[in-house]
Amino acid sequence: MKICCLVKEVPDAAVQKRIDPNTMRLDRSGEKNLNPFDTHALEAAMQIRESGVVQVDEIVAVTMGPESAVRALHKAVALGADRSVHLTDPALEGSDVNATGYALAKVLESEQPDLVLLGQQSDDGECYTIGAVVADHLQVPSLTQVIKIDVAEGKLTCERQAEYGYDTVEVELPAVISVGDAINEPRYPSLKAIMGAKKKPLDTKSAADVGIDTSEVGIEGSKTRVLAINPPPAKEPGEVFEDEDTDETVNKIVAWLEERKLV
Amino acid sequence: MASDERPPLNPRDLADLDFQLSDEERMIRDTVRAFVADRVTPNAAEWFEQGTLPRELAPELGKLGLLGMHLRGYGCAGASATAYGLACMELEAGDSGVRSLVSVQGSLAMYAIWRWGSEEQKREWLPRMASGEALGCFGLTEPDSGSDPGSMRTHARRVGGDWVLRGQKMWITNGSIADVAVVWARTDEGIRGFLVPRGTPGFTTQDIKGKLSLRASVTSELLLDDVRLPGDALLPGATSLRGPLSCLNEARFGIVWGVVGAARACFEAALDYSREREQFGKPIASFQLVQERLAEMAVEVNRAGLLALQLGRLKDAGRLHHQQVSLGKLANTNAALAVARSARQVLGANGIILEYPVIRHMANLETVVTYEGTADIHRLVLGEALTGVSAFR
Ligand SMILES: Cc1cc2nc3c(=O)[nH]c(=O)nc-3n(C[C@H](O)[C@H](O)[C@H](O)COP(=O)(O)OP(=O)(O)OC[C@H]3O[C@@H](n4cnc5c(N)ncnc54)[C@H](O)[C@@H]3O)c2cc1C
Repeated sequence: MKICCLVKEVPDAAVQKRIDPNTMRLDRSGEKNLNPFDTHALEAAMQIRESGVVQVDEIVAVTMGPESAVRALHKAVALGADRSVHLTDPALEGSDVNATGYALAKVLESEQPDLVLLGQQSDDGECYTIGAVVADHLQVPSLTQVIKIDVAEGKLTCERQAEYGYDTVEVELPAVISVGDAINEPRYPSLKAIMGAKKKPLDTKSAADVGIDTSEVGIEGSKTRVLAINPPPAKEPGEVFEDEDTDETVNKIVAWLEERKLV
Repeated sequence: MASDERPPLNPRDLADLDFQLSDEERMIRDTVRAFVADRVTPNAAEWFEQGTLPRELAPELGKLGLLGMHLRGYGCAGASATAYGLACMELEAGDSGVRSLVSVQGSLAMYAIWRWGSEEQKREWLPRMASGEALGCFGLTEPDSGSDPGSMRTHARRVGGDWVLRGQKMWITNGSIADVAVVWARTDEGIRGFLVPRGTPGFTTQDIKGKLSLRASVTSELLLDDVRLPGDALLPGATSLRGPLSCLNEARFGIVWGVVGAARACFEAALDYSREREQFGKPIASFQLVQERLAEMAVEVNRAGLLALQLGRLKDAGRLHHQQVSLGKLANTNAALAVARSARQVLGANGIILEYPVIRHMANLETVVTYEGTADIHRLVLGEALTGVSAFR
């Protein structure tokens, strides 16, 4: 089995996020890091390999991004990927979710993995959709919010987080699975793995290398346009119950919850 | 450079130490920092209060590759001195006791075997110690021999092909939990090192109670009552005080970095607290005297970090002298103590309880300024380097 993990470089969690009013895009200057949600995808790939149920021949980390994204790939490799692919091209800059999904699908077509894993969201754009877009372009099944994966030959049995409880879904391979962060506790990269990361193969690919039609990507090729950006509306203040008589307060709280069908 | 191309000023790294680090060094630092945030910081107060450090921590540190990380071969990661320093800094930002465990294991016990041991000794001990399966300790200090280790009384004599060890070691970190003790003793052939496995007849330990500093660390007395060891327990390479002193120099280098972490943790606690705590109708951070404290703390933390980095680069370039390590240990432990004491006052009464990290670091640093050569001894080392006259030997 060959597994590709889609990973992304995002602004570090400690960096205050800001929209650049000129480009209407996220300001991506400052400290960057591997999208923490993707570390769960890498860990899931490692656990499939270590379970020994199927033989995992290769785990490949794939990213699309500027030159600096190489660092996210080094981290992905330190976390267990055997090699990495970096799709980078000026033509890709400004791609929206759909264009990005198309571009990544083209890389994956050239890799032919049995399984594609990715984090459920990126820590910057938080679209939650890239997995479905990639799957649609590849015409393979896709599952989101997966919190448990059992592998068998040619198929997976997954648990998907649902609003109440979870769904158990069987899916044939190849498939694109985006994992929730409850799926596992990602390991720390060991020092040796960090020091060995730069020695593992990293292929840099241009749009042309993987057969991307550049009219479908970049700002021009993107089908969405950001018209305006506004801060979220201020939250209405909550209701405060002063505790004078505890029994009465408890009744009030229970009534409040019942009214909203929360108990 | 256009101003908008500069990364924003980071109040927690005013001197931009980050800029001087390679991607790999940053990844190592961030990994240790994440581990400390997850495994050390939330538990450090409890460990300190209970006066223990859980034994399970050692294999976790081993899995990360932090035990003997700067040594090459035998299961060790072979990282740079600077990377080792960065790891010490992050570990000690958690607790000096955890950094001490890593220092004693890697720089004292493992280094002694790696540098002075036989091939068989290295193969027997280093891989197990690198993984954290086996712990080591380093016995140099005695009840009557501290700053002047040459005055040690513990001695070893040859009996046939064996050695018989007799004496007492004091203040030994990890003494009672170690699987192997590196014990230094005087012999007819000078000061020599011995590997004493736990359980060897005649070898017992007793923990030192009542410490108010470095409580998240086991400190013990080693009693060697005619301990009979086979001939191959001797570290063949070390024949004088230079043996143990070379190890101490390694560990001290880690301390130069470690205390920057402790100081940073105190500074950050004070910074955060000062912005939240309100008195006289506003955050105490808005008072000039508090800002003066914060500014002075930032100066000390940044200066100490830059000095540590400079020594790291020198060590990696193979041009570090032990006097420069003394310079760093003296400067940085004193700086860290000053930061801890000032931070403690910013926290007011909250500065004396374990809920905040400051008093714990402050108490720990009293050990750190004493072990591995007291501050005054390092002053004398520098005095000798400056004047050519030794005031203590
Ligand atoms: C928690 C802890 C853990 C330790 N772990 C270890 C360990 O793992 N292994 C180990 O071998 N040791 C260990 N030590 C011992 C430590 O290295 C010694 O405490 C240190 O070397 C100082 O020795 P001392 O305490 O005997 O002080 P002393 O040497 O008695 O010094 C007392 C004071 O006299 C001053 N002084 C001494 N000589 C001179 C001089 N010539 N001129 C001016 N002033 C002088 C000193 O600076 C100090 O202020 C540990 C200590 C502590 C507290």
